[in-house]
Amino acid sequence: MASVPRSFLLLSIIPTILILCADFACCNTGRKTGDGLDTDFSGFSVPLEHSFEVDDVSRFRMRGALQLRGGRETSVSLSQSQLSEEDRKTLKEVAAVDGLYKIRVPRVSLTDRQTERQMDGYLTAFVRACSLVESHLSDVITLHTDVSGYLIGVSIVTIPGACRGTEVEDEVDLEAFNTTLTIIAPTNAPQPETALFIERMDIEHEKRGKPQEQKSFFAKYWMYIVPLVLFLMMSGAQDQSGGGAANGGGR
Amino acid sequence: MKPPAKMSKPTSLFVIFFSLFIMSEAVFEDQVGKFDWRQQYVGKTLFAHFDSHSQSSNKLFLATDKNIFASFNSRTGDLLWRHVDKVGPEGTIDILVLHGQDALMVVGGGRLLRSWDTNMGGLNWEAVLDTGSFQAACFVAIQDTVKHVAVLKKAAISLHYLTNGHQKWVENLPDSDTVQYQAVYSGGEVEVYVLGVVPNSHLTIIAYSLEDGEIIKQRSVEAPWLSSVESSCVVIGQGVLMCVDPATLALYTLPIQAEEAPQFNQILLQVTPVQPRLEVSLGFQPVLVSSQPHPARSPISEFFLQLGPDHHVLLQLNADGYTIAALRDFQPAFLVSFATTGEKTVAVVMTPKNETLYVHAFLKKDDSVDYRVLVQTQDHALTFIQQPGRVVWTREEALADVVTMEMVDLPLTGTQAELEGEFGKKADGLFPMVLKRLSSQVILLQAWLAHLWKLFYEARKPHGQVKNEVTIETLSRDEFNLQKMMVMVTASGKLFGIDSKSGSILWKHYLENVQPNAVFKLIVQRTTAHFPHPPQCTLLIKDKDTGLASLHVFNPIFGRKSHIAPPALPRPILQSLLLPVIDQDYAKVLLLVDDQYKVTAFPSTKNVLQQLQEMASSIFFYLIRSDQGNLSGFRLRKDLSTERIWEVVLPTEVQKIVAVNGKRPNEHVHSQGRVMGDRSVLYKYLNPNLLAVVTESTDAHPERAFVGVFLVDGVTGRIIHEAVQRKARGPVHFVHSENWVVYEYWNTKSRRNEFSVLELFEGTELYNSTVFSSLDRPHLPQVLQQTYIFPSPITTMEATLTEKGITSRHLLVGLPSGAILSLPKMFLDPRRPEVVTEHSREENLIPYAPEMPIRTEWFINYNQTVARVKGIYTAPSGLESTCLVVAYGLDIYQTRVYPSKQFDVLKDDYDYVLISSVLFALFFATMISKRLAQVKLLNRAWR
Repeated sequence: MASVPRSFLLLSIIPTILILCADFACCNTGRKTGDGLDTDFSGFSVPLEHSFEVDDVSRFRMRGALQLRGGRETSVSLSQSQLSEEDRKTLKEVAAVDGLYKIRVPRVSLTDRQTERQMDGYLTAFVRACSLVESHLSDVITLHTDVSGYLIGVSIVTIPGACRGTEVEDEVDLEAFNTTLTIIAPTNAPQPETALFIERMDIEHEKRGKPQEQKSFFAKYWMYIVPLVLFLMMSGAQDQSGGGAANGGGR
Repeated sequence: MKPPAKMSKPTSLFVIFFSLFIMSEAVFEDQVGKFDWRQQYVGKTLFAHFDSHSQSSNKLFLATDKNIFASFNSRTGDLLWRHVDKVGPEGTIDILVLHGQDALMVVGGGRLLRSWDTNMGGLNWEAVLDTGSFQAACFVAIQDTVKHVAVLKKAAISLHYLTNGHQKWVENLPDSDTVQYQAVYSGGEVEVYVLGVVPNSHLTIIAYSLEDGEIIKQRSVEAPWLSSVESSCVVIGQGVLMCVDPATLALYTLPIQAEEAPQFNQILLQVTPVQPRLEVSLGFQPVLVSSQPHPARSPISEFFLQLGPDHHVLLQLNADGYTIAALRDFQPAFLVSFATTGEKTVAVVMTPKNETLYVHAFLKKDDSVDYRVLVQTQDHALTFIQQPGRVVWTREEALADVVTMEMVDLPLTGTQAELEGEFGKKADGLFPMVLKRLSSQVILLQAWLAHLWKLFYEARKPHGQVKNEVTIETLSRDEFNLQKMMVMVTASGKLFGIDSKSGSILWKHYLENVQPNAVFKLIVQRTTAHFPHPPQCTLLIKDKDTGLASLHVFNPIFGRKSHIAPPALPRPILQSLLLPVIDQDYAKVLLLVDDQYKVTAFPSTKNVLQQLQEMASSIFFYLIRSDQGNLSGFRLRKDLSTERIWEVVLPTEVQKIVAVNGKRPNEHVHSQGRVMGDRSVLYKYLNPNLLAVVTESTDAHPERAFVGVFLVDGVTGRIIHEAVQRKARGPVHFVHSENWVVYEYWNTKSRRNEFSVLELFEGTELYNSTVFSSLDRPHLPQVLQQTYIFPSPITTMEATLTEKGITSRHLLVGLPSGAILSLPKMFLDPRRPEVVTEHSREENLIPYAPEMPIRTEWFINYNQTVARVKGIYTAPSGLESTCLVVAYGLDIYQTRVYPSKQFDVLKDDYDYVLISSVLFALFFATMISKRLAQVKLLNRAWR
C-alpha cells in the first residue's frame, strides 16, 4: 500500500472536499450608475436596499443596483453610490447604540425568462452596524439560489466581523463600500462511490497476483496421502507375507 | 495456518475489519435483562372476548385500534401473544368474533377474513373477500352446530365455511344503491336474514337460504321514522326486531320471520304500563342493548334500554311479542353488558365516575354466579376486575403511543441534600457553620447506622422475602446517576413517570380535555439540582388546528401539578424557546411567541423581566412556516415585542420544508478539533445556533426528485451550506449534532436507502478560539461529505449522548424489524479515504467502502425487538462511558449503551481479592525485606 504514489492520494481526497462553486464577480465602487449595463439582453437589474435607523424601525433606501445575468453561468455585479454625509452620520449613530444594518433584495428568479421574474416579498439579512463601521464598509454579500435559479437568501458579513469599539475618525473611510459579491448555487451531494471502490478492489486483486488456483484435494495433500497409502500397502503386504513368518517363529 | 498468513499481508483492510470485530460489543447471556427491560403494549381495545371454550382457561382476546390482535393471561395481565398487522386502514380490524377455538376477524375494511386458533395464536386460514366496504358479520348455525360465517358487505353477502374459509356462496343484494344494508341475523334456522333500510322510508328484510343463497322471501316494511338499523335496532327473543324511535319516544317491534305484509307494532314509552315511567333525558338518543349468547339459538328476551348517559332500564319482552315489562331500573349506571354461561345469563351494570367505555362479563360454571369484567377507560387503561369488585390488574395501554419524553435526574436523599444544602448556603459566621457541619455529620452517622441495622435485620430474614420494591418514597439518585425518572407523554393526554431501572410506573396523571390532534412539547424548566426547590417540568399542549396552547406545569418526580399558575395564552402560539436565563428560583425562562410576534415569558416575575430587558438585544429566535417555505429571524426588543431581522424564502413551487433540527442544548463537545495524520489539527465548526433544514422537491418524478439540505445560522439567517441530493426522495431521517449532520433518504434511481454525512470544519486555524458568536464568524466553514449505501430502510435515528462528550459517538438506528442498531459514527466519516495511506492509518480512518455494514452484534436490543419503533431518546448518565437509551413505539425498551466500552468502570468479575492480596503481599514483602536489610547492614557494621 505504501507504494501508492502521493499524487494519487491527493486526487482521491479532493473530490470529497466540496468546493463551493462560487462565481466571483467584481463590483463597481465608483459613482458609475451602470446605465449601459441595463441594455444587456440577458441581464437584468434588481435594487439592493439598505436600512439603518437609530430606533431600529426598518426604512429601506436604495443602496445600489444588482446586475444579474442568469443562464448557464450565473454572474452578478453591483453598482452602488457613495454614502451621503447624512447617511454616514446616521450609520455612526446606529453603530454607537449597537443597532443593525439591514439589507434586502427582492425575490427573483435568475433563469425564468417570463415576465413573472419577480415574486412578492424580499430576502433580508443584517449585520451589526458597528462592525460595518469598524471594517470601513468592507462587506461580503452572498446571494444564494436554489436548484431552479430562484434567489432564496442573502447574507452579509463584514471582514473583520468583530466590534472592538475602535473609533473611526476618518469620514473618508465611510464614503464608499468595498463590497465583495458572490452568488452561490447549491452543491450536488455525492453519490456512493461504488465504481471507484470496485476499481480499487480490482487493482488490489491484480497487485496481489492471481489467487492461487484451487488445487484438487489430492494435489493439496499428496504428501500425507502417499505415505499413508504406502504405509497401508506395506502393512497389508506384511500381514499377508509376514503372517506365515510370524507363525513360523518371528524374530 | 491459512488465516494468520493472510493477516500478515499488508492488506490493512482486513486488519481494520478484525480490529473492529474486537471493538464491537455484544450482550452475554447472563447480562440479558440486567440493565435493560422491555414492555409490550397493544393499544386501545376495540373488541374483547373471554375464552369461554374451556373451564380453566385464563385467556382474553383483544383487537385494538393499533391493528393488533392479542391474547392476555387474565390472571396476571401478561401478554401471551400478539399479531401486529400493517399500520393504517389496510390493517384495521373491522370485527372480531369468537366461537369455540376459532377467532374470526375481518381486516382492512372488508378485505380479508381471517381465522385464528385461539389456543396457540396461529393463523388457521385467510380468505380474500370481494371488494366492497364491510358492514356486518355473524356466525350461522344449523342444528346447534356453527359451521358458517356470514359477511355482509355494502352490496353483497357471502357465506364461508368455518373450517377452511372457503366461500359457500356469494349473492348480490337487490337494490343496493338505494337500500343501506346494515345488519345480518341468524337465529339457528335455515335462513339468514339481512336487514337494510331506506332512511325515513322503509325497512327491507331479505331471507337467504343457507344452502344455496337463494332469496326465500323479501319483505318491505313501512318505517318512516327509521334512519339506521345499526344504531337503533336489535333482535331480541324469538327473532323479534326491536327498534327505538327517539323522536316519538316509542319502541317498535316486528317479528322478522313474519309472513305477508308485516307491520311494526308501536309501544309508546310514555303510556306503557311499566313503572316507573320511562323518560328519556333531554337530547339523548336512546340505545338498545341485547345479547345473543349462542349463534345457534335466538337472543334472550331481556334487553337494556338506555334512557340517559347514566340511566339504563332492564326490560323484558313478554311471550306475546307485543308487550314489555320492566324488570329493574338502574340509575346511575353508565355501562351495561350481558354474559351467559350455560342456561344462566347475568346482566352487568357499572357505575364508574366518568370514564369507562367497554365492559365484558363472564360467568363461571360452578352453579354460583361469578363474573370477571374488563374495563377500557378513556385514558386507555385496561382494568380487569373480579367478583367482589377487586381489581386484578391494570394495563396502561396509553403507553402504546408515546409522543415525547424526557429523563429527569432523581432527587438526592435527605442526607445528601443536607450536605449539599450546607455548601449552598451563604456563610453566616464561623460558629453557626461549625454547628451546621456537626449536625450534618450526626445525621450522616445516623443514616449509616440505620443502614447497617437494616442490613443486619434483613440478613436474618429468609432470602426470598426481602423485597426491593421501588416506590416513590424510596426514590433517590444512585452513585452514578444511572437511574432516572422517565417522564412520558402519550397521545391520549396521559402522563407517566417511569423508573428507568425497573420500568415500573411510579406516577400517572391524566389530562382531561386534550384534543386528539394535540401536539405536545415537554420542557424541563428546573432540574433536581436546586435542592430546596422542587424540579419543574412544563408541558406545552397545542391544538394543531387552532394553534391555541395551554401549559401544564408539574413536578416530574411525583407527577403532582404545580401550584404555579401558568400564564393565560389567548393567542395561537408559534414558537417556544427555553432560555438559559434563570429566575431567582433557578427555573429557566420559557418564552412563547404568539401569532402577533408578541412574547410571553414564563415565569414572568419582575426579576425575569428585568433580566430579559437587559439581554433583549442578544435574544434571537427563528420561525419557520413550512407551508410558505419561509424562514425568518427575530430579535427581542426591550418591551418584549420583536423585530424581524432576516428572511429566507424557499419557493414552495420547487421544494417544501419537511424537517428542521437544531442541536440539543445539553450536548457537550469535548474536543475542539481532530488531530490529523501529520499532527496538525483540523478544527470543528461548532456553531450552537446552526439549524439543519431538510427539504423535498415537489416534483416527484424519480429523475428530477431531490432532497435538499440547508444549514442555516439561526441568528443571522446566513445559509452556511446548501446541498442537493439528486434523484432522492424521503422520508428523510436525520441527526444533527456537534459539527455533523447525518441523513438518510431513498435513492430513486438505484432504489436503495442511502446514508450521507456532512461534516463542517473551520480549517486548521480557529477564527476566535475563546467564544463563538454567529455575528462574528465571517468565513464559511469547509464542508466534507460522503455517502454510503445502507442495506435496510430505517424508521428513526438518534445519536448517543454522554455527559462530557469524551466518549465516541454512535448512531442509534431504529429498523422496521424492531431492532435498534448502534452504528459507530466512525463509519460515517467523510474523511474516510479512498486509498489507505500512512496518515489515514495514523488517524485510524477506515478505508472507504460504499456499503455500510449491519452487524447483528450491533443490535443493542438483541431479541427484544421494539415493534413500530417511533422514537429513540438518549440521555447522559453520571458515568462518562454510559448513555441511557429509551426506544419507544408500540413497545418501550430501555437499556444502556457504552459506545467506547466501559472504560471508567471495573468489570463485574474484577478480582478484588487477588489484587488486594497481591498488594498486601507486596507490602509485607517490602516490610520484611526492609527489616532484613537493616539487620544485614547492622551485622556488616559490627563486623
